[in-house]
Amino acid sequence: MSDKKQDDLDYETTGHSWDGIKEYNKPLPKWWVWTFYACIVWGIGYVIAYPAWPLINGATPGLLGYSTRGEVAAEIARVEDQNAAINAKLAGTELTEIAADAELHTYANNAGSAVFKTWCAQCHGSGAAGAKGYPNLLDDDWLWGGSIEDIHATISHGVRNETDDDARYSEMPAFGRDELLEKEEIVQLTNFVQLLSGDTPQDAAAAEAGTVLFEDNCSSCHAEDGTGDVSQGAPNLTDAIWLFGGSYDDILETITNARFGVMPSWTERLDEAEIRAVASYVHGLGGGEASE
Amino acid sequence: MAILDKHAVLEKNVTLLAIFAFLVVTIGGLVQIVPLFYLENTIEDVEGMRPYTPLELTGRDIYIREGCYVCHSQMIRPMRDEVERYGHYSLAAESKYDHPFQWGSKRTGPDLARVGGRYSDEWQIDHLRDPQSVVPESVMPKYGFLEAKLVEGEYVADLLKTHRLVGVPYTQEMIDNAQADFAAQADPDSDYDGLLERYGDNVNVRNFDDRAGISEADALVAYLQMLGTLVDFSTFTPDASR
Repeated sequence: MSDKKQDDLDYETTGHSWDGIKEYNKPLPKWWVWTFYACIVWGIGYVIAYPAWPLINGATPGLLGYSTRGEVAAEIARVEDQNAAINAKLAGTELTEIAADAELHTYANNAGSAVFKTWCAQCHGSGAAGAKGYPNLLDDDWLWGGSIEDIHATISHGVRNETDDDARYSEMPAFGRDELLEKEEIVQLTNFVQLLSGDTPQDAAAAEAGTVLFEDNCSSCHAEDGTGDVSQGAPNLTDAIWLFGGSYDDILETITNARFGVMPSWTERLDEAEIRAVASYVHGLGGGEASE
Repeated sequence: MAILDKHAVLEKNVTLLAIFAFLVVTIGGLVQIVPLFYLENTIEDVEGMRPYTPLELTGRDIYIREGCYVCHSQMIRPMRDEVERYGHYSLAAESKYDHPFQWGSKRTGPDLARVGGRYSDEWQIDHLRDPQSVVPESVMPKYGFLEAKLVEGEYVADLLKTHRLVGVPYTQEMIDNAQADFAAQADPDSDYDGLLERYGDNVNVRNFDDRAGISEADALVAYLQMLGTLVDFSTFTPDASR
């Protein structure tokens, strides 16, 4: 360091020398230096304005009082405020009157579509066509009723869940597993149910024998003509719409072990306006029935 | 600047360089690491958190083994779109018994931090067996083989001990009863009072896959069905200033 000297070009060198090669000690560009100083000043300002230094019982909060949690709460509140008026109107309007108000109906269907894609699509499908064991909501075949009030009640409380006392509830007996019927009788019933649904039974004689069995064991829920009962969630057996499959083997399995789905209660996760919106959306999907 | 000129002394003396380098690293380390030792300060106290039950912990091991974390995160970030889709944003305390935590960094599938109770057990089993049967657009592979593999739980006490070693507050009673609790949770006909007494009333006791025996699918679904359900956000409001 001691022998700093000027070379021919009149620049200062660092004083280091490697095998006779020396290094210029040129100053940094002015713009760079000033940017650097500006960053330091900004850094000091940031530490004062925002949460920064960890202390014993928490970090310094900063003058602006910023927090990620506060920000997300404010953002949610802002959106809720925007929709507050129309949501209140939706929650306060008779279910059957929603369709009459064009603005409300449009809002309900759009909001309901968003709710459906977030909470319902995983079981009922993103297009609401359902899957084996999960009802199709596009057709006009309803287990628990297809009026907007029925749909609203089903969404609010769910089906066969343990969390909501008002959940829709019914349970088909497992005729085979619980030994309520003989194996042969179940075969006869299966053939009869095939006949009921308009299919050709595997064994016509057995189907004939199943008639009495159906009256004795099934008609109290599925009705004597097999058209079902929405008050008990008992499916219509005379159409070709099946929740768990309509082949001989599928029907045999259903009668033997009984099958039914579960739907959660949504009152805890969704607010009344959201439930009404999605009820309106589902009602409008194609299968919605008029209210009585 | 005179003091900067003196750095040549450090550059020419390796021992002195080592001492000063150590000093700098020590100061940096103290500033960054020491505050984390005040865990009460870093992780807020949250009601409802409990250690995983033996069955859930086994399910969690299967979750890690199958690499679920590669496609599923378990961290709902504090943003409106995430909160509206997945539920309340995740709190640090909700991962405090996770070793290692499953926050993840990639979402090919949805976040699972609050998947518990969102679907029925039947749905979870159908979905593991053939994800496309319920979500046609899904790219998730099939995990039906989990149902076929039964687990006895003979090593589950060791698993609990290992977690105790890294700080999960499993009591000796929990460890002694680990295998019994493991079996009880998957059998609603069993005597599971002890299990509820040790872990709390919010433990799901069900035959998750509706089949005889305790399969890996039972354990995994037991784990999935409790994810994010421990903190009751209707009674607990997180400190907004954090």
